[in-house]
Amino acid sequence: MNIKNNLSTLIVSVQNRPGVLFRIAGLIRRRRFNIESLTVSHTENPQLSRFTILVRGDKETVEKMSKQLYRIVEVLKVSDPKDVEIVAKELALIKVSIKKDGSRVEITNIANHFRARVVNVNPEYMILEVTGNEEKIDAFYENTRKFGIIEFVRTGRTALFK
Amino acid sequence: MKKRLKEGQKATGAEIVCEALLREGTDIIFGYPGGAIMPVYDALLKYPQLHHILVRHEQGAAHAAEGFARVTGKPGVCLVTSGPGATNLVTGLADAMMDSVPIVCISGQVISSLIGNDAFQETDVVGVTAMVTKHNYLVIKPEEIAETIKEAFHLARTGRPGPVMIDIAKDAQQGITSFSYSKEITLPGYRPTITGNPKQVKRAAEIINKSLKPFILAGHGILISHAEKELAALAEKSHIPVATTLHGISSIPRDHRCYVGMLGMHGNLSPNKCTNEADVIIALGMRFDDRVTGKISGYARRAKVIHIDIDPAELNKNVPAEVPIVGDVKHVLQQLNPLISKADHKDWFVRFKEYDKLEFEKVIKNEVYPKTGQIKMGEVIRRLSEETKGQAIVVADVGQNQMFAARYYDFKVADSFITSGGLGTMGFALPAGAGAKIGRPNQEVWVITGDGGFQMKIQEMATIFQENINLKIAILNNNYLGMVRQWQHLFFDKKYSEVFLRNPNFIKLSEGFGIPAEKVDKRNNILPAIKRARKHKGPYLIEFVVETEANVFPMMPAGAAVDEIRLE
Ligand SMILES: Cc1ncc(C[n+]2csc(CCOP(=O)(O)OP(=O)(O)O)c2C)c(N)n1
Ligand SMILES: [Mg+2]
Repeated sequence: MNIKNNLSTLIVSVQNRPGVLFRIAGLIRRRRFNIESLTVSHTENPQLSRFTILVRGDKETVEKMSKQLYRIVEVLKVSDPKDVEIVAKELALIKVSIKKDGSRVEITNIANHFRARVVNVNPEYMILEVTGNEEKIDAFYENTRKFGIIEFVRTGRTALFK
Repeated sequence: MKKRLKEGQKATGAEIVCEALLREGTDIIFGYPGGAIMPVYDALLKYPQLHHILVRHEQGAAHAAEGFARVTGKPGVCLVTSGPGATNLVTGLADAMMDSVPIVCISGQVISSLIGNDAFQETDVVGVTAMVTKHNYLVIKPEEIAETIKEAFHLARTGRPGPVMIDIAKDAQQGITSFSYSKEITLPGYRPTITGNPKQVKRAAEIINKSLKPFILAGHGILISHAEKELAALAEKSHIPVATTLHGISSIPRDHRCYVGMLGMHGNLSPNKCTNEADVIIALGMRFDDRVTGKISGYARRAKVIHIDIDPAELNKNVPAEVPIVGDVKHVLQQLNPLISKADHKDWFVRFKEYDKLEFEKVIKNEVYPKTGQIKMGEVIRRLSEETKGQAIVVADVGQNQMFAARYYDFKVADSFITSGGLGTMGFALPAGAGAKIGRPNQEVWVITGDGGFQMKIQEMATIFQENINLKIAILNNNYLGMVRQWQHLFFDKKYSEVFLRNPNFIKLSEGFGIPAEKVDKRNNILPAIKRARKHKGPYLIEFVVETEANVFPMMPAGAAVDEIRLE
């Protein structure tokens, strides 16, 4: 079961060498998938990096592509887990206007409800940080929109197996 | 003086390149010099053990390396300069990638401090070649050279073979370091599976033993893993018909009692038709290319498919397999063969014979034994086949000439048919033929090419002359880009668009390159000319003037199913 239709999370473990990102991205491009999000980082083993890739496309093609990913010399393991098998989170930063009277209090209440943290405040706007799954972040965005969103960024999904 | 390096000895990066090549068993390099690779060319002077062949275009170097690799099983090696030198290789890399041919290409790169600054003759070689290589490297330190070359050869020749590109910055070639050649390679993500899963092998055997109409499809993998004996053993033991793909040609002799023909768009009638009659298909080291399958939904309609290949990504990619087995096909057949019971499929073979008769009457008879009219490509190939007793290496270009060579030469020796199958690169044959002859100097090598394809890499005539490569070249001149003309004839209402060739005088041209040549336009002169070419010591060219508007049949029209293959 995936949060949205046609979305797959690919978790790719790779030997940490230059050029891997390029080759992985190239393969995904060749299959004409859209990358919804992509995160890369070191892992507990400094020689290994981990890619978490959220792609949109039909399941069968994702499976074929997963096998082709193994052709990349540095790729150690490709998993295409179901959502129930993983803990997946992302982080978003949001810059909201507080120019209108009362906005600040109201936003803080919403933030508390979403367990978002205030990371920066000035007379014009505040910056909030929120983590969670995609739906939670979407909902937080919707709730703060009316105050005027100046900037919004999200990291994309990163995940661990349960 | 022949230089060699010892462990720990100080040397330049360029010397280490040469030393590492020697350690990997290289004795031939196909290359072309230029600014960014000059240190290696300078070091080559101290390494006369490395015979360098100066091609006339880097693409020719790549194809020559492919031809060399295909007949020796050793990676072919190319050496080129940065920028245009490297980009000229790209078609050859793509070709080797598609056809799983091991080549290792080394290009010079601008000095490392200039990389990224749009320096003179700088191209992002790793970026450009990433999608057409099995793997590639940028090396900027002399200490990294030895290890990289070792790894590159390992990757090129193991697993599913393929091209590997190494881009070496000029300052890394010039820098000095102490030479060290390690024995080990650490590639945790690269461990090709060799042995088949025993459970799967057992299942395959059970299915084969129960089948009434089993059918073996032999691909390039048989030749790559040298499984010709195992293939023949399986076919003989259980009396199973064997068809080959284009690249599987010569994995079983054409006169073998179980051989039934070639698959594919212009393959034989019986194997294509019978694909949809078989109850079990045993696919060995092949990848169900669309030129073999035709319309996928109409392919192997009644068959359970057993698919054995070393590349897991090939299994279930185009055709779903009942029993997919990842492994080296030689090993897997060694596991499988003892589990196969003896059988007799005489009636099943009769089906093939019936179709063969039809194909012979409708197509072959007139193609290879014509009495009147212009010379036909098929009869030239038949004559050549008879005269050389099927023992020569045939290197075919792309187009009608390629299909006639594949159809009508009676291959008897393993690894004796070389062509560009996956990419279909016109111009491949001349340089690949040169590489093949260098790889197997004691075997007769014939290049079969069209008038169009010959002109695509014609400059390699000079390489052949300079090295005095004893290569025989047959141009099948129909004055057309024949295969494209055929499609325009059949699928575009005979509206010919840009396919007529007003050709140069090939004889004068060849003689201009210093290669003796003759023109054959009469039937009774075909054989004498072939005999003269064979007798001549050194390269020799024959231009055969053939029927201008002949079509290759049988033909599976694009989008049709295998059994919809047409005889006219
Ligand atoms: C580099 C390249 N360009 C274009 C093509 C498309 N193409 C395939 S066959 C063919 C005609 C080949 O003509 P010729 O070499 O005379 O051989 P013929 O078919 O006449 O035997 C062409 C243009 C190709 N395969 N390769
Ligand atoms: Mg032609």
